[in-house]
Amino acid sequence: MIKLNINKKSYELDIDPNTPLLWALRDVIGLVGTKYGCGVAQCGACVVHLNGEAVRSCVTKVSRAAGQQVVTIEGLSPNNDHPLQKAWLELDVSQCGYCQAGQIMSAAVLLKENKNPTDKDIDMAMEGNICRCGTYMRIHKAIHLAAKMQSKDSK
Amino acid sequence: MISFTWLSRAGLADTPKGIALPEQWHELTGYIKITPDNIIKILNPNPEFGQNVMTSLPMIVAEELEADWKKIVVEMGPHDNVKLGPQFTGGSNSVRMYWKPLREAGAAARHMLLQAAAETWGVPVEELTAQNGIISHAKSGKSANYGSLASKAATYPIPKGMALKAAKDFKVVRNSQKNVEGQKIVTGKPLFGLDYRQEGMLYAMIQHPPAFGMKLQSFDASQALKMPGIKDVFTLKLYEDGFEQGGFDTRSFNDLLVVVGNTTWEVMNARKKLIVQWEATGDTKDTIAGRGTKREVIVPGALETTTAQLEKMKEYAQKPAQQLRKDGDPEAAFKNAAQVIERTYNAPFLAHNCMEPMNFFAHVTDEKALLAGPLQAPAWTEPTLAKLLNLPPEKIEIQMTRMGGGFGRRAYGHYLHEAALISKKAKAPIQLIYSREDDMTYGIYRPMYTATYRAALDANKNLIGFHVKGGGIPEHAIHANRFPAGAVDNYLAEGWQIPSNITIGAFRAPRSNFNAAAEQSFLDELAVAMGKDPIELRLELLKRAKDNPVGKNNDYDPDRYAGILKLVKEKSGWGKPENKKYSRGVAAYFCHNSYAAHVVDIVMKNGAPYVERVYSAVDCGIVINPDAASNMVEGAVVDGIGNAFYGRLSHKEGAPEQNNFNNYRMIRHSEAPKKIEVHFVQNDIDPTGLGEPPFPPVFGAVANALFKATNKRYYDQPFHEQIPQPGSTLDNKKRLG
Repeated sequence: MIKLNINKKSYELDIDPNTPLLWALRDVIGLVGTKYGCGVAQCGACVVHLNGEAVRSCVTKVSRAAGQQVVTIEGLSPNNDHPLQKAWLELDVSQCGYCQAGQIMSAAVLLKENKNPTDKDIDMAMEGNICRCGTYMRIHKAIHLAAKMQSKDSK
Repeated sequence: MISFTWLSRAGLADTPKGIALPEQWHELTGYIKITPDNIIKILNPNPEFGQNVMTSLPMIVAEELEADWKKIVVEMGPHDNVKLGPQFTGGSNSVRMYWKPLREAGAAARHMLLQAAAETWGVPVEELTAQNGIISHAKSGKSANYGSLASKAATYPIPKGMALKAAKDFKVVRNSQKNVEGQKIVTGKPLFGLDYRQEGMLYAMIQHPPAFGMKLQSFDASQALKMPGIKDVFTLKLYEDGFEQGGFDTRSFNDLLVVVGNTTWEVMNARKKLIVQWEATGDTKDTIAGRGTKREVIVPGALETTTAQLEKMKEYAQKPAQQLRKDGDPEAAFKNAAQVIERTYNAPFLAHNCMEPMNFFAHVTDEKALLAGPLQAPAWTEPTLAKLLNLPPEKIEIQMTRMGGGFGRRAYGHYLHEAALISKKAKAPIQLIYSREDDMTYGIYRPMYTATYRAALDANKNLIGFHVKGGGIPEHAIHANRFPAGAVDNYLAEGWQIPSNITIGAFRAPRSNFNAAAEQSFLDELAVAMGKDPIELRLELLKRAKDNPVGKNNDYDPDRYAGILKLVKEKSGWGKPENKKYSRGVAAYFCHNSYAAHVVDIVMKNGAPYVERVYSAVDCGIVINPDAASNMVEGAVVDGIGNAFYGRLSHKEGAPEQNNFNNYRMIRHSEAPKKIEVHFVQNDIDPTGLGEPPFPPVFGAVANALFKATNKRYYDQPFHEQIPQPGSTLDNKKRLG
């Protein structure tokens, strides 16, 4: 049995401890917001937070996540109102939308650690997230906008 | 269990907690359903793959219906070609082909509601107005919402030929509306094919041969079957010998080795334990039927290697080819020319690399079949499915999920057929999943292309002859009647092709995506040779094509073509001193009924060329949803830069040399422009399509800007490898072909 804490909810899973967290989330628990894109930590579609750090769930074994705090896109904000989610909607970032959960989860860690990132900071933090539709410019703008929203909220 | 909801609300803020499904819907045309308590639902008929039709198509209905957009509920329609039209996403056709039917549906439903009000109140229908979902009678002061009239309205026959609104009166269309599924996307709701779940569903993967030209010989599944969670391993034939395939039944491999199990991970692991022997297919035969014809195609069995393919293309380029168009006397023009410029361009196979790999859910029983997943054209896939399952089409239901990208790849429904056959044999609901490696190495690629362009100049540097000879594996890309055909007195277009077992398919703006790269680079070089500004040269040629066109069947409108060049010239500040710090390249192209031009601005970043900003001008007629349309053009720009710089799928002995994003380079955040300014030509032309047209000219504009940045011309994609690296002497040596 592996004990997982996902989005502040406890799960006990009877699975191979080597199972990547991605497939435990998607196929066993049924949280499908975290996406499969490459399986080899190249595209970022599967990014989740492990104790507040961005990890690629496709190469993170569930055994590593056992007893830790896991947050997925479904649990990023209690009311779907994370500044990034609001900014994404405000700027209508998405095209197909498949990569966007991973983009947002990567950006959330960036914004937590860097309240006012520059374009270069964003490039560095987001380089591991591929968007095949090419929404990179809007993602940048949305991250800047979310940073503004965040600083306004905290004042 | 996951609740897979197909409903989305246009006014997102109104219902953060989701929408309760009402019981009673009154149908007013196949696209519109209204409840007595005034919920107005519009069905989106066409598959959504990121082009935003879930929003833009219902907007067209809402416009003529005179409904309040913010209160509209949108739902992905079922596969029903009788009620909901052709239902295919491709060829930049979604808005173009639905523009009229959806307007007519909205207008018809509005009329039915007006008629219901007129009868209820006993007043002439002419005295009524419909606005924001409310019908009013000014004389009596009566008013009613659509919901209260829907049950009566639904009893009337659907009227035909109702007057449509004038463009100047549009209130929904031409005003940016948010993506109706935006909220679901950013909160990780189940939307995509891979998110589809059903009780008792199993997962399946196919082990396909490692190379084109190989097939399954034998296998030992004993180890795989012992792996945890594994239900079965079996083989299947996709199409029996002599099976009549439809035009979109392209498939690379026919003998399927299938692993079925409880979770994706367990199936992936077990698949690694299969011991498989492969053998050469030798030449094989396909029977392609459709549109009343039937033909047999021999597929060569050779295991192909990219370097050898390039050599072969060079050899074929010297041979006589099929003449596609000839105007005047091109032979004489080239013979008498004072100067001949000749350049050859090459481009590799490209993989679509949709972020969501191919997949499909299938639950097939003896009586019926339910399928759900990402597909661009159910009507192109279902007839073959019906034959494969021996079920009548009415027993087959195909649900269209949101697609994680398409780009042409999902017009080919082999993976749906495979899923159905697997479900039937496994006697269980299954989801077929392609791993990224399966997806990238499966084929259905953008073809490999080459083209040689020649221009004849007289002593005064006038263009007197133009010749293009294009080839490819397995098809050439030449559109013989495109610009500059029609603008040059002596013109010749020729094409040739080499058959191959490497399968190909439509890839965003098929053929055009290579033509625009080659031709627009060539015109840039021509402008230099002729001592002209590249935009002015194009405008002069277009003026000739308008005033005194050469030949027949020129398939572009010179005015609209010139219009985008003038617009991009103005918006980019072309030739203005303040833009001197940029290495600028321009290109324009017409395809899929629309026109697009780009000015690409390159700067050197860490010693390497970087596209920092792009100006785009597009004429696609009326723009339904301007901000989303800009987003799509921005995406096309990034897609073009990415594929021009990095895109390549190569082969060795039939095996693809790239199989995931570690060796197939995709454009990433730092490589994408920080500014893309999109301008649409404002006119009242019915929409002419947008998904593809902005993509092809990006390649040419990038090549032309790279020339300015590095003083070197780029003839072979991908460009990245040929860009002189800081401190290296790498140059033309690495040139392919």
